[in-house]
Amino acid sequence: MLLVLVSAAAYALFASVHYRWNWSGVWKYRQQFGIGWLTTLGISLAAMLMSVLFGFVLMLGRRARWEPVRMFSGAVVEIVRGSPLLVQLLVGYYIVANALRIDMPLLVGLLLLGAFHAAYLAEIFRGAVESIGASQLEAARAVGFDRQQTYRFVIIPQALRRALPGTTGQLVSLLKDSSLLSVIGIEELVQKVKIMNSASYTALEGYVPLALAYLVVTLPLSHLARRLEGRFAYET
Amino acid sequence: MKLETHAVTKRYGAHAALDGASFATGDSARVIALLGPSGGGKSTLLRVLGCLLVPDEGHVSIDARTLPHDEDGALTERRGNGFVFQGYNLFPHLTALQNITLPLKEVHGMSESEAAQRALELLHRLGLESHEHKRPSQLSGGQQQRAAIARALAPKPRLLLLDEPTSALDPVMTGEVLDVIRELAEAGQSIILATHEISFARKVADWVVFLAAGKVQESSSAAQFFTKPQTELAQQYLEGLSKYR
Repeated sequence: MLLVLVSAAAYALFASVHYRWNWSGVWKYRQQFGIGWLTTLGISLAAMLMSVLFGFVLMLGRRARWEPVRMFSGAVVEIVRGSPLLVQLLVGYYIVANALRIDMPLLVGLLLLGAFHAAYLAEIFRGAVESIGASQLEAARAVGFDRQQTYRFVIIPQALRRALPGTTGQLVSLLKDSSLLSVIGIEELVQKVKIMNSASYTALEGYVPLALAYLVVTLPLSHLARRLEGRFAYET
Repeated sequence: MKLETHAVTKRYGAHAALDGASFATGDSARVIALLGPSGGGKSTLLRVLGCLLVPDEGHVSIDARTLPHDEDGALTERRGNGFVFQGYNLFPHLTALQNITLPLKEVHGMSESEAAQRALELLHRLGLESHEHKRPSQLSGGQQQRAAIARALAPKPRLLLLDEPTSALDPVMTGEVLDVIRELAEAGQSIILATHEISFARKVADWVVFLAAGKVQESSSAAQFFTKPQTELAQQYLEGLSKYR
């Protein structure tokens, strides 16, 4: 319903501006568009998995008992979160990966993208874990759980629900941030559209399908997250 | 059992919740009541006795066995105890049944079916049949506390420790929960109970430890404590509490 309204409004807006649409120029490049979409999707999914895993490890690191581990994890989070992804990609690929003789832009790109969002996820996870009350932790000790069992049976199941909304938003951001990977020579969706626009002398035609191609992924992702939230719902 | 503490101190920052608390019960104390004004150290002492907290100084012994101060030793000790808290502290993401079976399986190595059998037996005994599959939020306070008692009893603890188990309940639910505790006491369970319900303590306890300001003011048999309290503080406390009941 909302989608129909938004589409109608968008159509009216586009119609009121006198822009001569040239869809045939764009249609020729549909295959390139598809390749770009699959590249974006592949990198993003791999980076999402990586960011969740690495974010979880960073969160544990920030709560570790040994101070050097806490300090190191804290520093990683602050540095990665506090500097632009663009700079991290440029330095990470052209300086670090080059120095290590790694000539695999896809791999380097997904690692850097995953690591960037892992720093944010680590803080979302930490917020969720630290919101579990002291009385729950005491109850876990009282029934005889050790530290690992407390995480597994008490903290994580309850923190999961609290971390879900923030995590979904972060993963959607990750998908859109994948467009920056063009700076290290990866022809993902946005780059393909730019190439397509210049080759067919069009300006906007590529960007409308581009937005739709992202929405096709992000909307189901949000829907899935809401369903998961519903499944974990219980009153505290 | 004979319970003994020697100069137990537990500090939270600058505040000493327990400040050199020492007492010894008689040799065959079985239901011990910790009494005293709020903030006097009852809850902290209960946690130290149950190895949920390790004291900063001093030590505790049960039947001449000194309780360990290292985390591993304390964990082993805790696994032999059952705890019930003022705020129930059930796990909100699990059903009443799962709250009981999870520790039985993961801590005490029972199989799924053994654990479920033991949990159901207790839930029925405590009047919670037909509530097994409800989450804590779907239960009343009294039902939650009875489920929490079932969880504490499930592994057949040597010692059951209850920290003001009825302070968050209305009089009707308080009655339900006290009935359960009384039955346990009469069935021979060893119990340490921190409470403000002095008429209940008078009925079930055989030993009383009276605390104020982090120190043990008095430690005597229940018969003696309730008829002839030795300290002025204890006299005032008993008079204050029995004024309106």
